[in-house]
Amino acid sequence: MTSSGWFPPALAAALALTLTFLTLPVLALFVDSPPGDLIASLGEEGALEALWLSLRTTAAALLIIVVVGTPAAYLLATRRFRGRALVITLVELPLVLPPAVAGIALLAAVGPSGILGGLVADAGIELVFQTAGVVVALTFVASPFYVRQAQAAFQAIDPRWLEASRTLGVSEARTFARVAIPTAAPGLLTGGALALGRALGEFGATLMFAGSLSGVTQTAPLAIYEHFATDFDAALALSAVLVAVSAGILLAVKLVGGWDAVGDARARG
Amino acid sequence: MRRAAILLAGLALLAGCGDDENEAPANEGGSDAELIVSAAASLTDALTGCSKDFEGATVRLSFAGSDELAAQIRQGVKPDVYAAANTTLPDELNAEGLLQEPVEFVTNEVVIAVPAQDAKVASLDDLAQPGIKLVIGAESVPVGAYTREVLGQLPAAQEEAILANVRSEEPDVKGVVGKIAQGAADAGFVYNTDVTAAGDDLKAIELPEDLQPTVTYGAGVVEGAKQPDLAQQYLDGLTDGPCADALQAAGFGPPPSG
Repeated sequence: MTSSGWFPPALAAALALTLTFLTLPVLALFVDSPPGDLIASLGEEGALEALWLSLRTTAAALLIIVVVGTPAAYLLATRRFRGRALVITLVELPLVLPPAVAGIALLAAVGPSGILGGLVADAGIELVFQTAGVVVALTFVASPFYVRQAQAAFQAIDPRWLEASRTLGVSEARTFARVAIPTAAPGLLTGGALALGRALGEFGATLMFAGSLSGVTQTAPLAIYEHFATDFDAALALSAVLVAVSAGILLAVKLVGGWDAVGDARARG
Repeated sequence: MRRAAILLAGLALLAGCGDDENEAPANEGGSDAELIVSAAASLTDALTGCSKDFEGATVRLSFAGSDELAAQIRQGVKPDVYAAANTTLPDELNAEGLLQEPVEFVTNEVVIAVPAQDAKVASLDDLAQPGIKLVIGAESVPVGAYTREVLGQLPAAQEEAILANVRSEEPDVKGVVGKIAQGAADAGFVYNTDVTAAGDDLKAIELPEDLQPTVTYGAGVVEGAKQPDLAQQYLDGLTDGPCADALQAAGFGPPPSG
């Protein structure tokens, strides 16, 4: 019997279709906006501010996500406890929430008339209409991307490594810092890149929870949306710049991650 | 190049505007015809109900900021009817050959919306108080333009003090209403009809008569509409028929005579 000769071409066709569908719109951004216009568009009122705000809030959100998410993911990956599956599901839930729902949920939770709104206000913290609110929205929607990936990366470590480290009398915290994190680094980086991409592109939750004010809460996607109505070219140009920035960050992470992966493979030899 | 832009606009429609769009499938009359109506966000409640009774087609409503919808039409999106919260956008589209002669179908009033309970703002003057959280529409959306028109008539110091209290410039009027109803903002400039629609949550503070801008809504049949006759029929229904009644019940005023 001949093996199905149609299958490999079908796979190739599927990849070609996927690639075309995913790249054509992104390419269109650049086709429609010459490099000169791109740079000029940054001079538009609020454009540079919006981009800068996006980068700052994304960086802040990512810092929170990594600092809290890494140990949380480590625990989920290395311990078996009652209700673990439920905890994992709950952590991943924001992945499937529409952004608008995330925004409303945040308002209902920590907004001025939300269930914890009073506590938040008593603590002297203001989130709605504040840059801090943008960070909260970004952290909410982006953390599952990181935690999921980090958990998978920690789970992929051969448990005997961690055991060996502990057997040698190395404390659990040191094992986490010196063995688990370096070994899982490529996975952690990928998770970070995914979370970063999601945060940089966040729109609905930010608008609903934090609002839209130039220099305070108007991130690049919100500025793009505002320009879409009045100045399509400016919206296009700002979109292209955002794509370029995101692609640049993703590429940088891939490069660093790639080297680590090579080192990792060699170490495991 | 042109095609790329259209494709992009289509994608933006799918991705970006998901929050604002509300498709209301209606009419089980069995007719296959479908009429697509792009309408200003402030028309949401009035048109959603009455469009179910439209005879001859299933009406699909797409609500967003009027400017947003105009931008979509400019990018090649073709609804059958375009109904805006002003007359300038329909006039512009008409001049660009994208919309047939628009008609004026209702009027509205700009008011200050405040929470129904424990409102911190009781008058226009209160808006200048330090610490008041004010939310307005972005400049590109009609309610935002009217807001600036109102504020522009105030003494410079007062205008400045009020603008300093602006915490968010929302891309459509629903965003302004939502922020006040949620208790996130103390006040905002919206249409009278938005306050009516919000029920018990909000109350309206009327503007002094000399500051009240003329808010006239214009609508027209989109050039190249798939259903031009039905579109015209729908348009006529906005001034005479169930939709006209629904608009009145929602707090809209009659179109300016003449």
